Amino acid sequence: MAEPSTRQPRGLPPGTAAPDFRLRSTPDQWVSLSEVLGNPTILAFYPADWSPVCSDQMALYQQVMPMFQEHGATLFGISVDSAWCHQAFREHRNIRFPLLADFHPKGSAAEAYNVYRDDEGVSERALFVLRPDGVIHWSYVSPIGVNPGADGILRALEDLEQSKVAS
Amino acid sequence: MSMSAWESTLVLPVSPERDHIRGPVDAPVTLVEYGDYECPFCAMAHPVVETVRAQLGDQLRFVFRHFPLTTMHPHAQAAAEAAECAGAQGAYWPYHDLLFENQRRLALPDLLARALALGLDGEQFEGELLGHMHLGKVQEDFLSGVRSGVNGTPTFFIEGRRYDGAPDVPSLLAAVQRVLPRVAR
Repeated sequence: MAEPSTRQPRGLPPGTAAPDFRLRSTPDQWVSLSEVLGNPTILAFYPADWSPVCSDQMALYQQVMPMFQEHGATLFGISVDSAWCHQAFREHRNIRFPLLADFHPKGSAAEAYNVYRDDEGVSERALFVLRPDGVIHWSYVSPIGVNPGADGILRALEDLEQSKVAS
Repeated sequence: MSMSAWESTLVLPVSPERDHIRGPVDAPVTLVEYGDYECPFCAMAHPVVETVRAQLGDQLRFVFRHFPLTTMHPHAQAAAEAAECAGAQGAYWPYHDLLFENQRRLALPDLLARALALGLDGEQFEGELLGHMHLGKVQEDFLSGVRSGVNGTPTFFIEGRRYDGAPDVPSLLAAVQRVLPRVAR
């Protein structure tokens, strides 16, 4: 079997400072990571809007949102889809948290987090939990076809809370 | 910390006291499904599960837990609670079958009509449903699913490990059969 021609991105590891980005959250609004830090932040990179219903990762996160909020965490979904595409997707699936458009230059945020798939032009299914100071506390790259669920994020948020108490 | 790798496993063990179990309670293999009565993929998986159960007979026990995706399915929560109301009268599984067999009709009058069709006490059923007597159970199922790595519906666990394969008979049957030699007594 031939080796894949492109390197396999693995995602930035825990302990790394999360690269800043400025991306559209709606057709006329922008989000800068540096401006929203101060609480635990979850970044969920995913390949594309409009994956099959009922196993959709972003719809699941909407449902689980109260459990994230118990930890004071803010969640952003990020894909290379445009802000207009995100807007239609959010309305269709009743998603109320922001989906960021890593659209232009395409995939630049995914690239910075080392989760861009050059050959396919989409990001990995990758999760990052950031500490309030913007350092990556936990990261995970899922097989691209497998929705990783929410349990890993919740464990990381709990772990983050415990490390805060301990220090 | 080394949390970057983990395996999604069932965090709430199956218990005859809280779970609905189909098949022998002491069967060697346990298949758990987290599902939603309004999810079309769960309705498609329903005959798959029944076929796998028929093929494996007494070797398998099947457990269904609720994972209503209410942001997408407006009737899913009430349908899950209704199944528990039927369960309170000893008719969980016949009611479960009726829900999946006619998934397009899940409004409150439909839920009540099914209970009456099974000969259940309609007044008790309706009282428990409207009083949300089984809300806590459904929520406990949902939370246990989230903590176990349920990532959509249906999500299956075979002997406590999340099954990421296709929800069709050959794949699911093969996956269950793979663990049989390990657990067979």
